[in-house]
Amino acid sequence: MAGPGSDYAKPVKDGIAAQNPVLVQALGICSALAVTGLVSTTLVMGAALLFVASFSSLAVSLLRNAVPHKVRLIIQMLVISTLVILVHLYLRAYHFEMSAALGPYVGLIITNCIILGRCEGYAMRNGPVMAFLDGLGSAAGYALVLLAIAIIREPLGSGTLLGYAVTPKGFQPALFVSGPPGAFIAMGVVVWIVRAIYPEEEVTEHPEAL
Amino acid sequence: MHADATFSTLVVVFLAAILTNNILLSKFLGMCSFIGISRNIHTALGMGIAVTFVTFCTAVLNYAIYYGILVEGAPWCAADLTYLSFLCFIMVIAGFVQLVEMVLERFIPALYYNFGIFLPLITVNCAILGVSLFMIDPNLKFGFKQTAAYGLGSGLGWMLAICLMAGIRQKLELADIPKPLRGLGITVIITGLMAMAFLGFQGIVDLG
Repeated sequence: MAGPGSDYAKPVKDGIAAQNPVLVQALGICSALAVTGLVSTTLVMGAALLFVASFSSLAVSLLRNAVPHKVRLIIQMLVISTLVILVHLYLRAYHFEMSAALGPYVGLIITNCIILGRCEGYAMRNGPVMAFLDGLGSAAGYALVLLAIAIIREPLGSGTLLGYAVTPKGFQPALFVSGPPGAFIAMGVVVWIVRAIYPEEEVTEHPEAL
Repeated sequence: MHADATFSTLVVVFLAAILTNNILLSKFLGMCSFIGISRNIHTALGMGIAVTFVTFCTAVLNYAIYYGILVEGAPWCAADLTYLSFLCFIMVIAGFVQLVEMVLERFIPALYYNFGIFLPLITVNCAILGVSLFMIDPNLKFGFKQTAAYGLGSGLGWMLAICLMAGIRQKLELADIPKPLRGLGITVIITGLMAMAFLGFQGIVDLG
């Protein structure tokens, strides 16, 4: 990352901290939780999201003057879906087990509101380089939250970390942590901790019609 | 799950989609709008009805497209086009939502003013795309009728979850919650508790 005064570092830093999509804007939670049972699946999901978010922002930014305003959402969806298909085909060809473990959640990157949100909210109004970095920053912020949740869930739920046993002998993994309730509660705890440490990040309340 | 669709298998799929395999509480889909608009029970109900309708219709449409065109050796196009399924599904959903919006505005304006604001949000509701993606899971071997039952059940399950949440959040207005936990934090934790309660349905019906 460049120095603090650099313009190029700003969108990346905002995405990770001040404008963190999951913690501050409460976006993209959908697929955030489903893959966080294991650290390995989380890392792959994070990488896929970095790829899709940065390149869709880049493409939308390059196209922004050529696309009529009325059809822009459809064009953005087309760009995002195409990139997601690339990720899906790559995973299926080279990492078949990972692809099977992630299941339909790779396809669900399409409807991840973070990506469409950055395309619509930033890439449509900014140059390609900044848009690319903005997509990268938001996706990195998202991936870090996912990783934090996964690091809580994998040892407690399965007794391992990245597949290595880390808990002492006799520790009984709690099935509920690796199931859906554990995902929700772990996420709530991460949000709580982050907002307790950084209280200056105002809790942005959503308008009634999101 | 067998491919033949007797009435009882349809009931099983329908109930499983609502209770044990709830699209929100066990598959984590549709969380964004769940958190965004679960503050008022009437709004939640409106969104729930809109989601149920769109989920059901697009699941059926996408089923027809997937097995009629995209899979290898399908009746209308023999080539294997399954790699286009994501693209087709999301286009069908976006197009369908747009169509419903136009039809409602033209013919039933009263309904349009009540549900109109929810419709654009539905396109990016992951629950809708999620149902279309889950129904093609080869392990489930869903036939046409099962898909219809699954689509309807999933939509109703989502509606049930968001209405329950809206009821709880109206009570929460009066609760004294630690400041960092307010808003997103407490909502997610309560969702976790709801998911835990729904685990109690495990074993009543089993999907696949």
